[in-house]
Amino acid sequence: MAKLDERIGFIGGGNMAFSIGSGLIRGGIVKPSQVLASGPHLENLSRWRELGAVTTDDNCEVLEHTDIIFICVKPHMLAPCTTQLKYKHVPSAKDASKLFVSVLAGTTLATLEEKFAFMDSASLKMIRSMPNTSMQVGEGCTVYCGNSHVLHHDLEKVHLMLNSLGLAQQVPETMIDAVTGIAGCGPAFVYTMIEALADGGVKQGVPRQMAIQFAAQTLLGAAKTVLLTGKHPAVLRDEVCSPGGSTIVGVHELEKGNLRATLINAVEKSSQRSAELGKK
Amino acid sequence: MAAIGKIGFLGGGNMAKALAKGFIAAGLTKPSGVIASVHPADKISQQSFQGLGIETLVENAPVVEQSKIVFISVKPQVVPQVLSEIKDLSANKLFLSVAMGITLKTLESSLSADSRVIRVMPNTPALVCSGCSVFVRGKLANDADAQITKRLLEAVGTCEQVDESQLDIVTALSGSGPAYVFVMIEALADGAVRMGMPRDMAYRLAAQTVLGSGHMVRECNTHPGQLKDNVTSPAGSTAAALKHLEQSGFRAAVAGAVEAATLRCREISSKPT
Repeated sequence: MAKLDERIGFIGGGNMAFSIGSGLIRGGIVKPSQVLASGPHLENLSRWRELGAVTTDDNCEVLEHTDIIFICVKPHMLAPCTTQLKYKHVPSAKDASKLFVSVLAGTTLATLEEKFAFMDSASLKMIRSMPNTSMQVGEGCTVYCGNSHVLHHDLEKVHLMLNSLGLAQQVPETMIDAVTGIAGCGPAFVYTMIEALADGGVKQGVPRQMAIQFAAQTLLGAAKTVLLTGKHPAVLRDEVCSPGGSTIVGVHELEKGNLRATLINAVEKSSQRSAELGKK
Repeated sequence: MAAIGKIGFLGGGNMAKALAKGFIAAGLTKPSGVIASVHPADKISQQSFQGLGIETLVENAPVVEQSKIVFISVKPQVVPQVLSEIKDLSANKLFLSVAMGITLKTLESSLSADSRVIRVMPNTPALVCSGCSVFVRGKLANDADAQITKRLLEAVGTCEQVDESQLDIVTALSGSGPAYVFVMIEALADGAVRMGMPRDMAYRLAAQTVLGSGHMVRECNTHPGQLKDNVTSPAGSTAAALKHLEQSGFRAAVAGAVEAATLRCREISSKPT
């Protein structure tokens, strides 16, 4: 697999950052020594150190000493974080070459550019991404878009990183809220489904752990089948539903329970909320 | 292919007329190759058949005697009586029964032991040659009989063979189905009228839309789900409409309708006649 020479920084070393950072290290995209993560409490950054990455409680260090910087603070912490960075930052010739990648849900490029204007807005390279938590097992689903200063090779590097952790795709910024509804929030919908399938299994007499495992594997297998065969899900569904068989009666229950509409609504609400957050 | 012998209709209802008209239009037979028995009080049927150049009689027996293929198209309640009337004349003939709910068992046991019987289930669009028919072979019906049946029914639409055990489901789907679609056409038109379209135009467009969609599913080797996707652009009007349908439980409503009709069919056929 291709490797990167750049130093990779994570401002905010929480779960999403760790999913990405640990994935990049484990995938051999970067060496642990290339990775620097920051957070308010060093004690909470021990898992980074266990991987061989460097940690700091000073966000500014990450800004100064890394080339590709992932912004992974919680959205409501963006303003305090950037205020602090602005205060402490000493402008340098290297500023223009830095590449920022935000993973903040719902936070627009415009907002990010405004918050990071102290880095010379005439050249600030900012990529907005919407990853999801399945990056932690290398099956993430991420969309991203760059601002006007982002060059082709910047996008290539980011694509390399994000695609090594699952599926990554560049999209227009206007599509990001919609994808958030599916892929960003989707894992939560799917966890709910796994739980519910397992509940069904337990009710029928399957031990809980087994039921969860089978439910999860069933979802995984079905998802993989869609991705690898390229067949329409409706076709695949038909293939499982023999006339008068056990599957079709179960499917009928889903239709009676309006599963489709419920999922469509879930994606819609999540997408709308993402857009709302972006306007704040 | 072998020429079809004289075709007789016992009972002259709408279906019989539609079939006769279809056979003649398709060139499978000439008016002189068809004969029908019509109740003396049923002037309308008499006129329709005669209008096609078909001879009508008031008795069933001579129709059976003169025909090689006999359509049993009287009302189901009258079938047992008619069968007993013609039992002695029923040897060496092919009987095609379109009587709803009358089983092969009933037909075969009421006719002579060597009579060949096929149950046929067309549906009302046969009246406009867009029917969806199925047929069930009786014990003695042979391949040639099946072929002839298929040929005849294909004059008024599509035709395929099924097992008798499937008939209740077929009835629920293609038998009653036109009613579900008529409701849908009314509703599509209602929606359009509500939004400002003239009623008659709404019906024309609704009907053609349904017709065209049916054609596409039959002609294109593509799953209806994929065909749906092909019409549903991102953030477009179709997506908004489909969401509304899903929220309203459209799929479950329609699937449930077929289920309800099938169960009712089974209920009816399990009742002693």
